[in-house]
Amino acid sequence: MAEAAGAAAEIAEASRRRSYPAELNIFAGLVITALVFEGLGWILLGQSFLFNPARLQIIILQVAIVGIIAVGVTQVIIAGGIDLSSGSILGATAMIAMSFAQTGTYPRAVFIEQGWVDLPVIVPILVGLGCGLFAGLINGLIIAYTKIPPFIATLGMMVSARGVANWYSKGMPVSFPTEGFKVIGAGMTPVIILVVVAIVFHVALRYTLYGRRTYAIGSNEHAARVSGINVERHQVLVYTIAGLLAGLAALVLCSRNLTAQAGMGFTYELDAIAMAVIGGTSLAGGRGSIVGSILGMLIFGIIISGFTFLRLNAYYQEMIKGAIIVAAVVQDVYRQRMRGRA
Amino acid sequence: MSDDIVLRTEGLTKHYGGVHALDDADFQLREGEHVAVVGDNGAGKSTFVRQITGVERPTAGKIFFEGREVEFRTPIEARDMGIETVFQNLALADDLDVPSNLFLGREEIYFNLGPFSFLNERKMLAHAREALNATGIKIPDLRNKIRNMSGGQRQCVAISRAASFASKLIIMDEPTAALGVQETAQVENIIRNLKTRGIPLILVSHNLRQVFDLVDRIWVFRRGRVVGTVEAKKSHANEVVSLITGVKSGTGEEPAFA
Repeated sequence: MAEAAGAAAEIAEASRRRSYPAELNIFAGLVITALVFEGLGWILLGQSFLFNPARLQIIILQVAIVGIIAVGVTQVIIAGGIDLSSGSILGATAMIAMSFAQTGTYPRAVFIEQGWVDLPVIVPILVGLGCGLFAGLINGLIIAYTKIPPFIATLGMMVSARGVANWYSKGMPVSFPTEGFKVIGAGMTPVIILVVVAIVFHVALRYTLYGRRTYAIGSNEHAARVSGINVERHQVLVYTIAGLLAGLAALVLCSRNLTAQAGMGFTYELDAIAMAVIGGTSLAGGRGSIVGSILGMLIFGIIISGFTFLRLNAYYQEMIKGAIIVAAVVQDVYRQRMRGRA
Repeated sequence: MSDDIVLRTEGLTKHYGGVHALDDADFQLREGEHVAVVGDNGAGKSTFVRQITGVERPTAGKIFFEGREVEFRTPIEARDMGIETVFQNLALADDLDVPSNLFLGREEIYFNLGPFSFLNERKMLAHAREALNATGIKIPDLRNKIRNMSGGQRQCVAISRAASFASKLIIMDEPTAALGVQETAQVENIIRNLKTRGIPLILVSHNLRQVFDLVDRIWVFRRGRVVGTVEAKKSHANEVVSLITGVKSGTGEEPAFA
């Protein structure tokens, strides 16, 4: 009798745990964050924060480009890694890709002597994606086969890729893209690109072998290995995809800005990591989702935009942004400790 | 040597630097037989298991599986030949559910798109349910993550994973070491179930009561050597304890200590 009751309680307990997706918490966080700024808006400024379509559009546009990186970073973190190089990869890729996207009407275009101007838009796109992919591939190979911590490997890439960006045009901006190239980042295109990327990786992580292996490696690398998963090959793939997405973000950003500068993407890697972690991705690996990261992006965007809305000084904004990143990681660590105890 | 021998080792030896963890071990296992490997801490039991499952490569010696000499470079090679192992540190991914763990590394897919092949979750869930029923394991919610399960449930998942795929041999390294009374009973039932299905088993255990209950034959290791083998039905715990501690020598080679 008591045993049956115990079993029933166990079943009830199990189904309770299951029917409560982690994303729901994050969605609640998003709503609360938005309401806090709405309230502060009415109290301090006497106006609404949310009921302003132009502002909402700006928030979404602002997070879209870092968001593309965050999708790549999310799957890296789920696989138990970290990628600090995405911002620098974006910088280097933007410079190189833009140099293949310049119009011939600009006399000081990088490749004007070679005649590589007014190229079809596919050329800079392939160059950009290729650069990102190459940088990610190097990250992956170093991490998988030398077994050095991903933190160090990608930190090295962060410094080196920024070096490439500075060296490429000796610090000069690369500007004047062709009309075709301008389309990539124009209007709401960045948001559309983010949505497509997010859907693709949501499906890949949720429904394919790729996702199963990513979660398995992040959850228990030893188990994945003895189960026959080629851990090294999968790690290379995960980092390569993260690099590829950083390259894609570079194309969108330099197209939108109509120029590429060596400092582009500075600290984007941290913003992307913050978005993923705010969205419930655990730095310990094995847990997280693209849906969560999208919510994390929106929370991040609302906070940044909210501070601007409240006319907070830009310097303070940066300080607070740093605090938010640390706070997100602290609550992740805390969450894990609670889990460990349970 | 008769034909019904599944696994045999000849002079199996493993040295870690100067440490002779396993020395010249001759071992054999018959079709359908359940055997236990017992011994004190550091007697070489786990080392022995690591050699025959491909986790490590032996320093010297030969392994014969189904009459042919084999050399396992990885656990996967051993597994591909039908040897499944439940390791002491459970090889489960905590953040995945039961079917995902059962099928880890051999997922069912719809059609092959390389790493981006779509998983056939429905088929894996159905097979998982069958596998658990076949081993008599009750887990309330298969879609629950391993992280949320008790030690016993985890062990049951690990064992049913081995039991449902092993065609030829199952090796369990201390399967009940961390379990409570009820959970231990459940694991022992699974082992009896394997016996009726005729799947041979090597059980590494400290628990002599369990060993005498479950297996046909007991192999005793001491200081990296096989010091004796007894039939469970014709022996008693005292004899095995004597062998383990070295009070009595089963092979007659070793001096007896009082």
